[in-house]
Amino acid sequence: MEQNVFQVIWFVLWGVLWIGYFVLDGFDLGAGVLLPKLASNETERRIVYNAIGPFWDANEVWLITAGGATFAAFPKAYAIMFSGLYSALLLLLFCLIFRGVAIEFRGKQNDAGWRSKWDLVFVASSLVATLLLGVAFANIFRGLPIDEKGIIRGGLLYLLNPYGLLGGVFFVVMFAVHGALWVAYRSTGALYHRAKGWVLKLWPVEAVLAVLFLLVSFRSTSLWNNYFKHPFLFVFPIVAVVALILIPILVKRDSALWAWISSALFIVGAASWGLAGLFPNLLPSTLSPKNSLTVFNSSSSLLTLKVMTVVAFVFVPIMLCYKFWVYKTFSGKLTEETVYGEDAY
Amino acid sequence: MDVLLGSRLQFAVAAMFHFLFVPLTLGLSVLTAVFETLYLKTGDEDYKRAAKFWGKLFLINFALGVVTGITLEFQFGTNWRYYSEYVGDVFGSLLAIEATLAFFLESTFIAVWHFGWNRLSPKLHCLAIWLVALGSNVSALWILLANGWMQNPVGYVIRNGRAELESFWAVVTNSFGWMEFIHTVTGAFILSSFFVLGVSAYHLLKGNEVEFFKKSFRVAAVFALVFSLFEVFNGHLHGSEVAKVQPTKLAAMESLWETKKGAPMYLFIIPDEKNERNLVEIGKIPGFLSFLAYHDFSATVKGLKEFPKEDRPPVLLTFLSFRLMVGLGFLFVLLSTLAWLKRNEPEKSPWLLRILLLSIPLPYIACEMGWIVAEVGRQPWIVYGLMKTKDAVSPLAPSQVLISLVAFIVVYTALGIIDFWLLTKYAKKGPDRA
Repeated sequence: MEQNVFQVIWFVLWGVLWIGYFVLDGFDLGAGVLLPKLASNETERRIVYNAIGPFWDANEVWLITAGGATFAAFPKAYAIMFSGLYSALLLLLFCLIFRGVAIEFRGKQNDAGWRSKWDLVFVASSLVATLLLGVAFANIFRGLPIDEKGIIRGGLLYLLNPYGLLGGVFFVVMFAVHGALWVAYRSTGALYHRAKGWVLKLWPVEAVLAVLFLLVSFRSTSLWNNYFKHPFLFVFPIVAVVALILIPILVKRDSALWAWISSALFIVGAASWGLAGLFPNLLPSTLSPKNSLTVFNSSSSLLTLKVMTVVAFVFVPIMLCYKFWVYKTFSGKLTEETVYGEDAY
Repeated sequence: MDVLLGSRLQFAVAAMFHFLFVPLTLGLSVLTAVFETLYLKTGDEDYKRAAKFWGKLFLINFALGVVTGITLEFQFGTNWRYYSEYVGDVFGSLLAIEATLAFFLESTFIAVWHFGWNRLSPKLHCLAIWLVALGSNVSALWILLANGWMQNPVGYVIRNGRAELESFWAVVTNSFGWMEFIHTVTGAFILSSFFVLGVSAYHLLKGNEVEFFKKSFRVAAVFALVFSLFEVFNGHLHGSEVAKVQPTKLAAMESLWETKKGAPMYLFIIPDEKNERNLVEIGKIPGFLSFLAYHDFSATVKGLKEFPKEDRPPVLLTFLSFRLMVGLGFLFVLLSTLAWLKRNEPEKSPWLLRILLLSIPLPYIACEMGWIVAEVGRQPWIVYGLMKTKDAVSPLAPSQVLISLVAFIVVYTALGIIDFWLLTKYAKKGPDRA
């Protein structure tokens, strides 16, 4: 019984880490996806890179921590999921390698050809990474063909089913809006107006995809079952819908920061909707419910869960404090002179 | 290619490549922090320029260290599924703690340092680089406690068909893990001070910014000597710990086939693995191996033949890597002593500067050899005495592993070349003008 409590706590913490990752690295990835549309010259490109400059690396640590937490709290799920999704996961990791290297190396050589090659690497790796994340989570919601030995009977191509692809495209558009809002928040002039324009252009697409994803999930997944059992959970999709509606209203009023916060809340609401629907599964099996990986059959021992809980409750708040301070200190408007200085990308 | 061999090669490629960048991160963060602190204390602009110059090289190196580290954390799951399932209850939490305590700190404050020169007070800016140094070294502690558990599993009980945590205290106080931590971090500090010595030597030979590089040289020479001496001492203790808990690894390190009371040490050996003997043994020092392992000239040291063939690690590779590492370790004591003696006027000893410049790669080789001893010497076990490597590998298709292995080699080679080229370019360029 006590173990069940900690298993549920860790499902929530696991979800929080993934949601933190989507909200934070989401705007980095989105800015990468939209770079060629947003920036029209070298100065503007530099502003986009520096808009995410002090943050992207630490944001990616949320992914590493989410991976580590899966390993620590649900080792069986980590083992089966990561080996079963081998090719997709390694492709994601290679994208993240290319992306990090592109950001760091682009400014290290004063040569337009060098920079434009790394720009291409940055955009392509951001796009593929985002798409893969969406495809992966849609497939987790939908379930994978896990057999009784815990082997996933389907490779990279299996993941590219219509529901998985819908999830991928939804993530790309959602992150692109999120990234454009962040760039708008940190820029002025032509770049600001272009970023704002792209938010308004992409928003209807985002809204249609969101509704479509919610509806198709009725047919393709069993996510909604929890909602009819526990109607209070409807708070998550409601938060998502309200936040989504607020985005264009706030953008038109030129409050880019609040619009970005709305977009962040939309991501929180949408991801919470999916994860709350998934519970108690971590990865459902489409072959037999007996083969599904749940928080109850995949977790660590009670002692490990307790140790990890103490670590999380002590160190995550500390981390949130210094991260908040860094965001406060480093997120002013960027101008031409700041991005050509010595302490810029 | 079979999945086991492919996965082992892939892990070796990923880990060894990652470790080309880790030691410089561990050590150069501390040295950069020392330079910036000296600037705060003395107000000497040269130390500020030193922090900027070495910090820039640090950043180029750090980028690849970070991105290649991510793949390692995920590879336990992708390629070593049964390992992750069997020991994840103990091992996984150490990785998660590493990320929570160290990675956030390191990645947040390196950005604060990089972007904060004009935004923060000098004291706060200096604190940022100290926090980076703290974060990266704390991360080393947790990952080495995790590796230490694979070398010497403690604090667990077999329950529910897996290894479950019984005492977290025993896992975090595992002396083997702490020994590895001390030995690895000391090695990283040696590598970093030789890096600073070598780059400084290049500029001193050319007569560039002589005053500036003399200051860097002096700090690095002290660092190099202190840590080279300490490494010999803690390396010896680490070796005696290996003798106690991993007798097969010790026997392979020394290519000792027969169990012997008062085991000698030979200066030169050519192992003959096939016939379970040494082809050549020259330079006998009686009882010395027993003494090194157990502090007793007449102690009994177990030979490889004491153990079934399938429980022995590859002897030649372990033996050669160990010898090379130890030989280099003593060379570092010699070189750093010379550097320390000449620390006030290094520009007057061009012969030493030339040697130091050529010595930059040597600590890298020593670090990699150390990991070969640790990991190859642990074979055939993935967790010593508890689980064999062959039982740990994921049920993958050979083609999957082959493709990813080739991808790792191609991508890492390309990135390694670009990174090396950038590091060389910025190292040669020297500091910005005052």
